[in-house]
Amino acid sequence: MKDLVKMSALEIGRMIKAKEITVLDAVKAQLEVIKQRDPEYHCFITVLEEEAYAQAAEVQKRIDAGELDDSPLAGVPMAVKDNICTKGVKTTCASKILYNFEPIYDATVIEKLKKAGAVIIGKTNMDEFAMGSTTETSHFGETKNPWDTSCVPGGSSGGSAAAVAAEEVFYALGSDTGGSIRQPASYCGVTGIKPTYGTVSRYGLIAYASSLDQIGTFGRNISDCAVALEVISGHDAKDSTSVSTESFQYTKALVDDVKGLRIGIPKDYLGAGLEEDVKESILKAAEIFRSKGAIVEEFELHSVDYAVPSYYVVACAEASSNLSRFDGVKYGYHSEKAEGLQEVYKNTRSEGFGNEVKRRMMIGAFVLSSGYYDAFYNKALKVRAIINDGFQKAFEKYDIILGPTAPETAPTLGESLSDPLKMYLSDIYTVSVNLAGLPAVSIPCGRDSKGLPIGMQLIGKHFGENEIIRAAYSFEQSVEYERPTAIAAEGKEDKSSGNQEEKSSPKKED
Amino acid sequence: MKAYETVIGLEVHVELATKSKIFCGCTTQFGGDPNTHVCPVCSGMPGTLPVLNKQVVEFAMAAGLALNCSITQKCKFDRKNYFYPDLPKAYQISQLYLPICRDGGIEIETAAGKKTVRIHEIHMEEDAGKLVHDPWEDCTLVDYNRCGVPLIEIVSEPDMRSADEVIAYLEKLRLILQYLGVSDCKMQEGSLRADINLSIREVGAPEFGTRTEMKNMNSFKAIARAIEGERKRQIELLEYGRKVVQETRRWDDNKDTSFAMRSKEDAQDYRYFPEPDLPPIEISDEWLQTVKVRQPELRDEKMLRYEKEFDIPEYDALIITGSKHLADLFEETVALCGKPKEVSNWLMVETMRLLKEQEMEPEAISFTPAQLSALIKLVDGNKINRTVAKEVFEKIFKENVDPEEYVEKNGLGMVSDDGLLRSTIEQIIANSPQSVADYKSGKVKAMGFIVGQTMKEMKGKADPGMVNQIVKEMLDAL
Repeated sequence: MKDLVKMSALEIGRMIKAKEITVLDAVKAQLEVIKQRDPEYHCFITVLEEEAYAQAAEVQKRIDAGELDDSPLAGVPMAVKDNICTKGVKTTCASKILYNFEPIYDATVIEKLKKAGAVIIGKTNMDEFAMGSTTETSHFGETKNPWDTSCVPGGSSGGSAAAVAAEEVFYALGSDTGGSIRQPASYCGVTGIKPTYGTVSRYGLIAYASSLDQIGTFGRNISDCAVALEVISGHDAKDSTSVSTESFQYTKALVDDVKGLRIGIPKDYLGAGLEEDVKESILKAAEIFRSKGAIVEEFELHSVDYAVPSYYVVACAEASSNLSRFDGVKYGYHSEKAEGLQEVYKNTRSEGFGNEVKRRMMIGAFVLSSGYYDAFYNKALKVRAIINDGFQKAFEKYDIILGPTAPETAPTLGESLSDPLKMYLSDIYTVSVNLAGLPAVSIPCGRDSKGLPIGMQLIGKHFGENEIIRAAYSFEQSVEYERPTAIAAEGKEDKSSGNQEEKSSPKKED
Repeated sequence: MKAYETVIGLEVHVELATKSKIFCGCTTQFGGDPNTHVCPVCSGMPGTLPVLNKQVVEFAMAAGLALNCSITQKCKFDRKNYFYPDLPKAYQISQLYLPICRDGGIEIETAAGKKTVRIHEIHMEEDAGKLVHDPWEDCTLVDYNRCGVPLIEIVSEPDMRSADEVIAYLEKLRLILQYLGVSDCKMQEGSLRADINLSIREVGAPEFGTRTEMKNMNSFKAIARAIEGERKRQIELLEYGRKVVQETRRWDDNKDTSFAMRSKEDAQDYRYFPEPDLPPIEISDEWLQTVKVRQPELRDEKMLRYEKEFDIPEYDALIITGSKHLADLFEETVALCGKPKEVSNWLMVETMRLLKEQEMEPEAISFTPAQLSALIKLVDGNKINRTVAKEVFEKIFKENVDPEEYVEKNGLGMVSDDGLLRSTIEQIIANSPQSVADYKSGKVKAMGFIVGQTMKEMKGKADPGMVNQIVKEMLDAL
């Protein structure tokens, strides 16, 4: 049964429908692997064992009744980042200040997943309030990269990315404010997509930076990501920033054809600061696209240097306001030492928030304070508009933009926290995508000299998900999916012990 | 003492009469058990998002149009950040940079004459909750029922110079808003709240003096007292060579004095920035036009129409249109009974008398047009006489009785039973030989005694015309 967990989400969904396995089989297999591997990787904050069994039984009934014939992922176990509200299930944002918080409602994406028959098997670890690039700022301890446990999985959705890579779950939800899906996908060697701002309802996503946050999906291939994204996309009357004009049919884009697709590579993305191995992989990927009939060119995107500073001004400003509600009055952590209102606020927040969150809230409060608003916040908004214009211009010439997801592969644990400025700068390729509200996907495209995975980023125009999904799918057909070394080795043991046949690549199941 | 001038500007908060709150579907109803009119959105639960109630925008536009403002067709919301337990998100969604209405004004009239008070802006925002101190447990509790109730804040220019002008401005404002139906403007329930910005300067001085902001007045009378108190306090400071400190003060109407709440130095930096959860509001020409067309008749137009259409005196029209509730009552009753002058009389005389006696505002009148109309029909149909009608009206006013039922139950109907009247009068004539003799000797006035005795005997319920006629007939026949 253990081999089940290596398969793709879609294949599991198909097998359940075909009655080759039951939902319970899939859930059992998955929970078994979590029990075995999660003590090492720590992808989860909460594992929902009992709830998953209950859901399995319920979903099986609905499947048997034919209610879920149109849901290809019905019955497939999945995981949700711990900043997405789940009714009655702890949702902590990996923060002490929400260590015991149980939402009284389900996020819109959770409602949609439940309706589609998803089995939520747990809530994944993350950087506290999604602030960080390593999942080390979690109050509940760091997640380790399944490729090398001395390395970080990336962040902030590190738990979701690592869980998918470690086969602890078939697919997962993350959130992406400045690269928090794409960068951990890149570090963990999996696929992660952040859709256009407004595609997925943010209702129930505990906000970090409202104008940048989007929920997206992780999978071991683009097909799983696309199908899952289709489930959670769509207009929501509860989110005024969700769009109603688009239809979101991503599975249609799962076609191996990039002939004539115009791909631009910003020269600015290949300059100083980019690790040589990463650069090589990206150029190799460009060659593969070229060989499949795409038109690939380098071009100047400009304004790249301003993306990181303007991102941190906007994101921190919004965060300073969004996180003010955590004050110990209504829910979550409440300082016992406090006397009087001012102390309740001060002690609760001093004790409840970690350093990275405090740093960003202070930056945010500063850039919004009177006398500095114009010099910082307003200027950042102007830069944001310029960055958006730059992309619009590029998309007059190209269908998609190709580049690295991150300048380097996964750093070792502890390395980034000692130098936050360096950590911020490593977001250089991802943050401008959020500032412009564009869709982007990170897919594995090789490994560096240390054996760590490298990710490439495909950026689309607004609501151009189908182009980047098609390009990702097409690229996938030309490369093998690589599993983390330790996990691949374990698979071989399973084979030698005479279990089921080896399925080395989920891609082949499709 | 030097001659001083008082300079006053007002910030008026008005709760809008929408059914649901500004950013969620919860009811705006006043009262209710604590925290029963709340949902995840208005209680600020993590992850929730605001969705704008369109009715709020339309009410704000209607107010702006009636107050002669220009409408900002591309406006947006901003966040005002501050910590307080009655504000569960720790920010209030308000408007700073692009308020929905700007540059308006209304004309007011006082004993000093007519003048225009300019309106700087009107912006939309959400109300906060309420803190309740529990003396038993010695702790403070929060009630979020008012959280998210829509407000507009109407900010005037510093154009007023006396309490009289302020009251005239507020009365006019209240009437306009009530006529528009955008708010009930009940100060007691907090649906109209005015903060007073007041400063003093020597007459003729080119610059304004340092101003204070006064909060917490819950009636027009309290506002007038607060203005007078603050004016005196500031003049005294200046006379003693001291300075007015820019600060926010809290009026205590029981103590007839104010207390400093916070000075400019403690003023909070609200760190306003555009609300990212709400897209900008685009008010199309068509939408604006729809609201314009829907604007109801306001007081001045109504007065003219009453004089013309119903032929009632200007003074009556002035009084009746002085309250939206009274005007509605008038029109609806006229529609039911078709007797505008009768209706006007009942409102102008008996209603006003009872309001004064009970110390009530016209808004608190609880009887219905149907009740008043029924009463008028009873009088008109000679079912009761005027004396009885007044008694019945008082019952309607105070106890909301059904007039027909009440008259029936208490036997107040006019006696027009010919036989009964005749036998009663016969008896009285027999017992009043002196009066009969006087009448017969040519003193016609003596008949009055017989009539009076009859009415008394009939407990006022006899038809006076009939009594007169029968008495005369019977006396003449003797």
